Amino acid sequence: MHLNVQDLSVARGGIAVLEGLSFTVNPGQALILRGPNGIGKTTLLRSLAGLQPALNGEINAPNESIAYAAHSDGIKHVLTVRENLEFWADVFGTNDIAPALNAFELEPLANRPAGALSAGQKRRLGLARLLVTARPIWILDEPTVSLDIHAVEMFANAIRAHLVGGGIALIATHIDLGLEADILDITSFKAKPVAMKDDAMEGFL
Amino acid sequence: MSLWEYANPVKFMALSGRILPWTAALSAICLVVGLIWGFFFTPDDFRQGSTVKIIYLHVPSALMAINVWFMMLVTSLIWIIRRHHVSALAAKAAAPIGVVMTLIALITGAIWGQPMWGTWWVWDPRLTSFLILFLFYLGYIALWSAIEDNDTAADLTSILCLVGSVFAVLSRYAVNFWNQGLHQGASLSLDKEKNVADVFYQPLLVCIAGFVLLFVALMLLRTRTEIRARRTKALLARERMA
Amino acid sequence: MKALLIRDLRLAMRAGGGFGLGLAFFLIVTVLVPFSVGPDSALLSTIAAGILWLGALLACLLSLDRILALDWEDGTLDLLACAPLPMEGTVSIKALAHWLTTGLPLILAAPLFALLLSLPSAGYIPLILSLLLGTPALSVIGTFGAALTVGIKRGGLLLSLLVLPLYVPTLIFGSEVARRGADGLSYSTPLIMLAGITLGTIALLPFASAAVLRVNIR
Repeated sequence: MHLNVQDLSVARGGIAVLEGLSFTVNPGQALILRGPNGIGKTTLLRSLAGLQPALNGEINAPNESIAYAAHSDGIKHVLTVRENLEFWADVFGTNDIAPALNAFELEPLANRPAGALSAGQKRRLGLARLLVTARPIWILDEPTVSLDIHAVEMFANAIRAHLVGGGIALIATHIDLGLEADILDITSFKAKPVAMKDDAMEGFL
Repeated sequence: MSLWEYANPVKFMALSGRILPWTAALSAICLVVGLIWGFFFTPDDFRQGSTVKIIYLHVPSALMAINVWFMMLVTSLIWIIRRHHVSALAAKAAAPIGVVMTLIALITGAIWGQPMWGTWWVWDPRLTSFLILFLFYLGYIALWSAIEDNDTAADLTSILCLVGSVFAVLSRYAVNFWNQGLHQGASLSLDKEKNVADVFYQPLLVCIAGFVLLFVALMLLRTRTEIRARRTKALLARERMA
Repeated sequence: MKALLIRDLRLAMRAGGGFGLGLAFFLIVTVLVPFSVGPDSALLSTIAAGILWLGALLACLLSLDRILALDWEDGTLDLLACAPLPMEGTVSIKALAHWLTTGLPLILAAPLFALLLSLPSAGYIPLILSLLLGTPALSVIGTFGAALTVGIKRGGLLLSLLVLPLYVPTLIFGSEVARRGADGLSYSTPLIMLAGITLGTIALLPFASAAVLRVNIR
């Protein structure tokens, strides 16, 4: 169980934004991605999660091993917290949502409609979803948005527990989570505009 | 040297730039000769009088209306399978021409139908099918114009063209089942006996050639415009990145 | 798959889920027809079958953009794309949920609305039969349209423009069954055609819908 990336290039709107990325994340390790806004962190993470095709290179990870969480959590406002989690647990074929509720201190809110939660509480629900997927590789895009200090601590603990269990986490974030993790600054992988080749096969660029 | 080399926009631009004036000129000659010949130098039909001469517009445009959709289907398939941008852009460029051809066929048909059948419009299977084809063209063009991202738009419209073709054929049969019509059989066919006398037939062929060439010329011109627009867009995007 | 179906049904039933909206629309269309064509019941009974089919089709159309747009906005579709569910399965379930919450109530209500339009008594069974066989195709085709337009802001009008031409064969055969039935004629040929179209779309169109959805998620 590794997440291995070889010479990866990713594109947004058909234009390469990052190129030549290679890294490996071993079980029990976390990798934190840094880089200024617009550099292509989200594009990279979506490509790794398989939501969009990579331009070039290889992504090696076992089948159906990746859980992805981004800015929008897929929470249904008219369903309760419990129903929201149970749905994802069913989809991923797990059935115990108690640990997830517990890890993000959601038990007192379990029977409230998700629409009545605050932004931070919704975010906690979105992150609790990761636990019920039972997937070993977590790909997280700015997971701490709208979390308070206490909730960030909860999140960091959940990551630690995940890593201790042999999991892998890839996190794009700007704040310090207090994790023992490698940091990869992707600024240097910014794609250089290629020289206009007149005889290129698809010579639009 | 394979045909696929012209899927390269640069090669396509060079080749189309060379043949565009020729097709445009040829089409103008064919249309002028065919239409004048057809309108002024053919006898009146013994039953239909001079109204029959509208076939020189009606038949070629109706043929083109269907064949343009077919060409869009082929280019959409090429885009889906081989992902040549020129192919997707050619489909995009052809659609508005197809819609105009369909409209010409419908309007000339109505003008012809009025003296012949005593009505501008009947819900005849052929007429209805063309109306449905017109709606399919409109949907296709609307989808192209609604999507910002070029590749997404090309993918979605290609699949719509594929699915739409199947449903267009289904609609054709459904409409046939729904109402048996007034419309005469096809004026031209390869296997059956000719319905049209030679005097009418020869100028008609010239007109059809003119319409085909006109379509090719317009399609090349519009595809060239699309390619240039794409290149402009790509250059601007690069400038923003640098 | 079952979880997705149950969730979609639950969402439709809860407040703001739009359940019953299509039904109310169907009722209003049925009520408006006599106002526009006149109260003559002989005229109404000849056009009843066609009007009911058209009303059902429009009511179906009304709720199409809810099939995927809400899940698109809150990111559920992204997350479902990573889940161990094939996209073809997801769109099929979505279409099934749409049929259960929109098509099925329409079929159940149709005989009641047929009374309002004085449909001849021979027409009831073919009407229900044709709706039962035809409305699943409307949901499946509608899901394809919804998948095409999911990424477009205010795509509702475009959705109608794209989907309505695709509805033509279903509408022709469906209302042919209902009309022939109301006239006391044999309707087995159009019924078989209708069944063929419905089965064909259920079998094949989810692949197109899934392909389109993947492109939109990209």
